[in-house]
Amino acid sequence: MGETIIELEGLTKYYGSVKAVDNLSLDIKKGEIFGLLGPNGAGKTTTILMMLGLSEPASGTVRVCGVNATNNPIAVKRKVGYMPDSLGFYDNMTALENLLYIARLNEIPEADIARKAEETLTAVGLAGEMHKKTGAYSRGMKQRLGLADVLVREPEVIILDEPTLGIDPSGIREFLALIRQLSREQGLTVLLSSHHLHQVQQVCDRVGIFVQGRLLVEGTIGTLARNLFDEESFEVTVQLGRPLPEPWEHEPVLRQQHGVKQVKIAGDTVELSCEEQVTPDIVRFFVSHGLDILGVQQKEFGLDEIYQRYFENNLISADTDEKSINILKRPLFKRSKP
Amino acid sequence: MVRKEVGDHVRSWRFIVMLVLIFLTFFGTMYVSLANIKQAVGNLQDPDRTFVYLKLLTVSDGTLPTFHTFLSFLGPLLGIALGFDAINSEHNNGTLIRLMAQPIYRDNLLLAKFTASLIVVSVLFLSLALLMVGGGLLLTGAPLEAVELARILAFVALSVVYVGFWLSLSICFSVRFRNAATSALTAIGIWLFFTVFYQIVVNLIVNAMLPKGGYLAPEQLLSYNNLLLSLLRLAPSQLYTDAATTLLMPSVRSLGPLSMERMAGAIPAPLPLKESLMIVWPQVTGLLAGTTVCFALAYYLFMRKEIRT
Repeated sequence: MGETIIELEGLTKYYGSVKAVDNLSLDIKKGEIFGLLGPNGAGKTTTILMMLGLSEPASGTVRVCGVNATNNPIAVKRKVGYMPDSLGFYDNMTALENLLYIARLNEIPEADIARKAEETLTAVGLAGEMHKKTGAYSRGMKQRLGLADVLVREPEVIILDEPTLGIDPSGIREFLALIRQLSREQGLTVLLSSHHLHQVQQVCDRVGIFVQGRLLVEGTIGTLARNLFDEESFEVTVQLGRPLPEPWEHEPVLRQQHGVKQVKIAGDTVELSCEEQVTPDIVRFFVSHGLDILGVQQKEFGLDEIYQRYFENNLISADTDEKSINILKRPLFKRSKP
Repeated sequence: MVRKEVGDHVRSWRFIVMLVLIFLTFFGTMYVSLANIKQAVGNLQDPDRTFVYLKLLTVSDGTLPTFHTFLSFLGPLLGIALGFDAINSEHNNGTLIRLMAQPIYRDNLLLAKFTASLIVVSVLFLSLALLMVGGGLLLTGAPLEAVELARILAFVALSVVYVGFWLSLSICFSVRFRNAATSALTAIGIWLFFTVFYQIVVNLIVNAMLPKGGYLAPEQLLSYNNLLLSLLRLAPSQLYTDAATTLLMPSVRSLGPLSMERMAGAIPAPLPLKESLMIVWPQVTGLLAGTTVCFALAYYLFMRKEIRT
């Protein structure tokens, strides 16, 4: 690690008057798995297409493996394997034939082609189905074939656009494990885009959160959480035996407790934000007031939280894009309720 | 790439349908011309009577049109069938973006599609021509002359160029329209316009331009006639028919009207191949130019296309 393999600088792209990607700068190091996260329409696919030189940026530069992707797309495509989000194969050809065709396009010596294609298919677990027509393939199998299609070229970088779209949960786990294993074994750099947070959390070394063409933040999941929540690093949820009355007499006292910053009461649950670790004090407080405690939960910040928080902040900072407002409206209102 | 495209075409249903259609017309016209060949070759008035094999392609007793007439309207259909979904089917299947992510140039795809279809068409026509020659050789026993073979090959090449024009037109539509049905219908619409309505429209226009009264000086008549012909020749099928007729009937000496002075000294004898080629050269150039324009347009559109779905 250490060597930068993908380097984006001030990348901007318009579709008509809409800014799809806005002044994006990003470095991805060799051998890491980078997750590009963002809601639909955030510009993830556009960014990927620009990395491959399939789409021209309005300004800014893309360098992949030290090659400018906009001016010299062929050299980049030789080193990068790309799996698009909407995978298509020639339905009237078998999986093996599809793969052989791609291998030939990549100028793999004719002598090795058949052996290599079969090896790759075995690696992704399609050895049994390689002579079936791809028209009869299920979505998950197509996804695997898509990965085989990327791997047969022996790329240095793999770019996967929504690789987990449409596969069932166990399939997703296997698929991601496969990607991780391949990346570790062969030292591949992997860039994967997704809007499924948990999956990304499972495999990625670093993530970047991408909203409306802007990269809001990047880093490991731990760093992201710390950056975001440093002012309110402890959140405790207390589950009580029975609902509290609406104006609760002890609420002002609870608010006065040492370290407590914010209190939210919703029926039988109380959510507290604290400045430091005061969970035992809070439990003692509830017990001393004769309340039954069913559960105490300290919140750990997962990607979900981070993700939501960023979208929230982004929305508050005055938005014009109606589409994403609609998508994100609900969590915003729910969370800003006092 | 070309190999895969050729394979795709040969295995596809629509190609088989077109193949059957063309074979049927071929055998139909061959049958009719074989039935009449004796009479045609025996006709002493005809300067072309010695060209047995050319006669095979052009003789008809009126029940069926000749082979090249058939080709003039089946050829476009073949070209359209091979090209109308060249790019947009790739796009709709999601294979286009996968192909574009491979280290190949974008134009390679377009060229591969075009070349593959042209190869298929050339092989088809060439084998038909050779079949005809072989069948004729068996049935009539007349020796094949080099000039005849050269003329037949030139005819094959001309037919390929003609189909190539329609092919590039339909590929152009396949780049432009995302829906395969739209592109097919547009191409077929243009084909129908040129085969059916164009003559009618041109005749109407020229008739409207003719002065009232009925009397025309010969020069005027000639100029109107020339205008009519030039307008008609904007249609590719007209160019093809003109050129095919000249190539297959060596005694045709001009495609426009000839004056009596020019006719007077001429002996009705077949022209050498070179002269025939000289006569059809403008037609061939026209077809090639049309093909090039369509292909260039397809190329331009494809290079500029956003391949995102």
